[in-house]
Order: sequence, then structure tokens, then C-alpha cells
Amino acid sequence: MAAVATCGSVAASTGSAVATASKSNVTSFQRRGPRASVTNDSGPRLVSIAGTRPSVRNGQLLVSTGLPALDQLLGGGLAVGTVLLIEEDKYNIYSPLLFKYFLAEGIVNGHTLLVASAKEDPANILQELPAPLLDDKCKKEFDEDVYNHKTPESNIKMKIAWRYQLLPKMEIGPVSSSRFGHYYDASKRMPQELIEASNWHGFFLPEKISSTLKVEPCSLTPGYTKLLQFIQNIIYEEGFDGSNPQKKQRNILRIGIQNLGSPLWGDDICCAENGGNSHSLTKFLYVLRGLLRTSLSACIITMPTHLIQNKAIIARVTTLSDVVVGLESFIGSERETNPLYKDYHGLIHIRQIPRLNNLICDESDVKDLAFKLKRKLFTIECITKLRSYDLRRQRYFLSRHLQRKFSIKKNPYFKKPHTLKKIY
Amino acid sequence: MFVELNNLLNTTPDRAEQGKLTLLCDAKTDGSFLVHHFLSFYLKANCKVCFVALIQSFSHYSIVGQKLGVSLTMARERGQLVFLEGLKSAVDVVFQAQKEPHPLQFLREANAGNLKPLFEFVREALKPVDSGEARWTYPVLLVDDLSVLLSLGMGAVAVLDFIHYCRATVCWELKASILYLMQGNMVVLVHDSGDAEDEENDILLNGLSHQSHLILRAEGLATGFCRDVHGQLRILWRRPSQPAVHRDQSFTYQYKIQDKSVSFFAKGMSPAVL
Repeated sequence: MAAVATCGSVAASTGSAVATASKSNVTSFQRRGPRASVTNDSGPRLVSIAGTRPSVRNGQLLVSTGLPALDQLLGGGLAVGTVLLIEEDKYNIYSPLLFKYFLAEGIVNGHTLLVASAKEDPANILQELPAPLLDDKCKKEFDEDVYNHKTPESNIKMKIAWRYQLLPKMEIGPVSSSRFGHYYDASKRMPQELIEASNWHGFFLPEKISSTLKVEPCSLTPGYTKLLQFIQNIIYEEGFDGSNPQKKQRNILRIGIQNLGSPLWGDDICCAENGGNSHSLTKFLYVLRGLLRTSLSACIITMPTHLIQNKAIIARVTTLSDVVVGLESFIGSERETNPLYKDYHGLIHIRQIPRLNNLICDESDVKDLAFKLKRKLFTIECITKLRSYDLRRQRYFLSRHLQRKFSIKKNPYFKKPHTLKKIY
Repeated sequence: MFVELNNLLNTTPDRAEQGKLTLLCDAKTDGSFLVHHFLSFYLKANCKVCFVALIQSFSHYSIVGQKLGVSLTMARERGQLVFLEGLKSAVDVVFQAQKEPHPLQFLREANAGNLKPLFEFVREALKPVDSGEARWTYPVLLVDDLSVLLSLGMGAVAVLDFIHYCRATVCWELKASILYLMQGNMVVLVHDSGDAEDEENDILLNGLSHQSHLILRAEGLATGFCRDVHGQLRILWRRPSQPAVHRDQSFTYQYKIQDKSVSFFAKGMSPAVL
């Protein structure tokens, strides 16, 4: 994929341009005023890190979330230095999937991982990562397959339901090999060699809480304090904040924190409305934001917001995070029997997209999105099948349109005299 | 700065009002474009600006500032801009023990009562330099996101006290050697939580609304998301000294944010609809 963008038009200090990415795809670009202020000089630096690409809008460095459909909805990917907050669904079935896709993407791209959990041992989490659908060895065969199946779909001239062609096309199937964004097979496990070859750090709270790490006086819960120190240590020691300029190959640190805010972390916001530690979580998020903004890292956090008693905290947490995505599964709710939702497993809400280095953000026009977990793939689709985006054209609504086209019986009683006449 | 917004507010960098507290408020949308507007406005008006940026990094404001025609790095170098980068300072404060009192000292303490170190920082930054010549016209204090202070453990009363102290210092400051009033301005941003029942935030917002001279309220549209109209801006002037007719004027405009500017139009008169 070719990404050409020129960021900024101010000729004053540093001019920068994004080079065309060729088919062989070694994207190299000059980034002006790097968001992670890794070095002290103000000149443009040539940055080329595996698994990242510059944003089309302002040349900012983006990483993939592991789900290409989600990347598309977020305006290309997750910006380096930001937090992706996933509001967990009620029974925590689908949010671990998004968490694992994020980590799997890190392994496939060779990024360093930092997995923090209070419930599961990070080593076990890594064992359960989904396998990438595109393996470098069988890339050629797969490419042939995709080429055969890809073109007919786009060339179909629809005769009856021609309005469907106007729908925005979301990638719902594997595409040819790309350095950015891979597809994963949820039914298979990540090969052991890939996991062992990757560089990862685990933070399992029950182990760390007993060890005698020197704790700085801070009003956070001990679990959060230790986690912050752990993250800061890794960032500093491995040079993600540019403290070690001798390192030639720069890499991205992907941080994953599971079930933040749950009682297992020692926080009581899910138990009581006005607990003693009501500021602990927000302080943690603030300091984490500070750490991320000054380093080459991206973070995914899953949080059980449906359990938080005090609604004000959810609003504050949303302000302190950059991207907020909410999952709402249909299990156990009355929507499970709603015929509109029968093909899907839940709704996905993009609650917030950040405006970074810009006055505007790439907000998607499509707001009603649903997800489904097929046997292999996790897909996100727009739930309203038929929609017109141009104000000047007529709007068609699904039920009325189909009734007219396919003569669906609206009211059987009105038809009865007609058929009776035919019999006689 | 956005020229259209200057027209609506009836100001230019040359003849802006002094000694005023402007409250920026956003509800269900992002009001940060107003912060960028005022930052570039006051830098162009040749004022000494102290910017307490708690929610974003310096490079974010710098890049947007370049789109609006001001260079924050140059302003910082020549002393016009004093920038407190909250995120970076927070990391320093939490992980390293500080010898001198740090503006964000309250992050280390369990029950910090007040924002005194932060106020000292602001006072020090906006202190008039006794060099004889007046380089900058008047001091301005900008705070991006007071609501973050509530998230960090401060009570609403502590934040209101901080604003009160800052106002006393910035808006009415007497220069000792030459007797003239150097009245400064203050611009603060507060989020309106709306339905979220954030009592502390409501206290803060109501308290500031009563103190401020100009309130700019960016709201999302009541009907939801729209591609062509990003929100609605309510402008409210509060002039207690004026006669009743001119006392509390209020205007409402809808806006659309573009790459380098914001266009304002009357309600329902968006170019996309007409």
C-alpha cells in the first residue's frame, strides 16, 4: 500500500515529507517534531520501525491494533504514545480477544511486549495468543488464493440490490501480505517458536506484591505503584524513551494491562461508590499517559467499566485515555432475540478518538457497528445494511425497500380477499 | 487564532480586554480548539503567557500552533512563553524524589490539601521583570483542563482557591517601581460532565461560571454526530458593571473545525445544508 502525505506546510524550522512507500514496503519517512520527544535535537529524523506506518493525516507514527477493521475505524491505527482503553463486555468474553490480538500483532512484528495482569500469569496469556493467518513460508500460496477470490467480489454488478454497492467496503477477509495489520486465526494457537523468539516482560501482581521492591511514597494503591515502577524500569532500561542513543535498532514497546480497576488489583472502585481510593485509578492513568507520551510505546488496557459504581470515575477515565472502545455483547440481554442482531455477537462502540497534533480527528461516519466471532475471524461490520450518505439522494430504509422490491407481506389479512377471489 | 472567532468575540490581538477571566467549557465534545485559539491569540498579542498544560504534551500544542501561525519553541526561547508540561513533570515527581518543592508536588502526597506549589510556580512565571523596559504587554495565565486536577485527587474547593489566588495575582497586579496596574487575563478550560453526576466537577464549573467575565461553551449537537457541523458554541458575556441591557449577552453559533481554521455560522445555516 502506498502512503503519500506531506505533513505541515510551515517552512520555518524543519521541513519534512513522507516518502512514497513502494510495493516492497520499507516505509521510511521523516517525522517532524517526533511525538515521543526521544532526542533533544529538533531536526528531522529518519525513522523506520517494523510494524509501524505514518498516519496519512499528519505523519504521526501508528501501530496496528491487531484487527485491521478496528485500525480502519480509528483512522489508520493506534498512535504511538497513546492508550487504547477497551471497556469490557459484561462477562469478559470478547475483550480478552482484542487484548490478545494486540499482543499477537506485537509478536508478529517483533515488538517488545509488557503484559500485566492480576488474574492470569502473563506466560499463560502468551500461550493462548491466536496464530497469524499469514505465515511467511506459505505466503506465496496464500497470495494466489487471495488473488483468485478478491477480484470477483469487487466486480459484481448488482442488478437488484444495487444500493449495496454504495456501502463502504470494510475489510472482512484476509488480504495480501502487508507489513501493517495481520489477520489471526482464533481457533489456533501462536506457534511456540514465535513466542520464544519474542522479547517479553510479564507482571503478575500476586508475585510482585510480595517482593520487597522499594516503594516510593505515593497515594496510589500498592499494585498500581509497583506496576508503574515496573513499566518505567523497562522503558528506561531498554531505551524506549531515547535514553540510550547508542541503540541502532529502535523498537516499539507494547504494553497490555488486563482488568485494570478490578478488585484483584487492590482497587475498590468496583465495590463501593465512594471508596477510599477513588483517585488511585485516575492518577495511575495520568502517570501512565506521561510515561507513554515520552517513549515509543503503545498501551492497551481492558477495564470492567460496567462494574464501576461511581459514574463520574468513568467520565474521568475516558478523558484521561486516548482511544476508548466499548464492547457490548448480546449474551444474556434481550437483544439476543432481536432479529436485527441475529447474525452478530455484540455491538462495538467507538466512544472517543483523540485529536493528536491536530484540530480534527479521523472520525468514522459509521456509528452503529457490530462484531461477530466466526470460527476463525473476529469481524466488525456496520449493522445498518442500507444507508445513504449523500444528503441530496433519497434515503431508503431496509424494511420498506425490501417490501417494495420483494413483496413481503405486510399484513396477511388484507391479502385474503384477493386469494379467495382467485380460487373462485 | 481563528479570525472568525475574533469577529464573534469582537476582539483583536491589539485591543483585547484586560483583567478578565475567560471560562472555556465543553460538554459532549472536545473543546480543545478554543485553547489553541487563545494560546495563539495571546502570543500574537505580545503577552507574557504562562501555560499550565496538564493534558497534552508540548509537541502537540507546538504542532497545532504552527498551523495557526505561532511558534511555541521560539516563544519559549525568548521568554514569552512559560510552559509547564504536566505529563512530563508528573513522571519526574512520581519517580524521583525532588529537593525543591515541585509544582505538581501533590501527586506524591496522599492527602494534599492545596495547590500552593502550583500557585507559586505561576506567580514566579508571571512576575514582572524589573528590567525597565516593558517587553510584554500584560501577563496571561492559561490552564488546559482544570478537571484533570480533580482526577488527580484535589478537591473542588482547593482548585477554586487556586484560581482565586491566581486571579488576585494575575488580574490585579501592582508593579512596585512604576505605579500602573498591569492587569492580566486568565483562560481556563473545564469539562462539563453532563449526566455523569460528577459533583466535584459541577461545583468547580458553577463556581467558575459565577466568577468569569466571558464563558465559551462548546457543546455537541443534541441530535448526535454530524459530519458537517461539529458542534455548537455558546458565548456568554457577564458584565456586572454594565446596565441591565448589556449585562449578560448570549450568542449561539454552530461550528465546523477544519484543518487550520474553524468556521462559524448561525444555527441551521451550515453550508452543507443550504
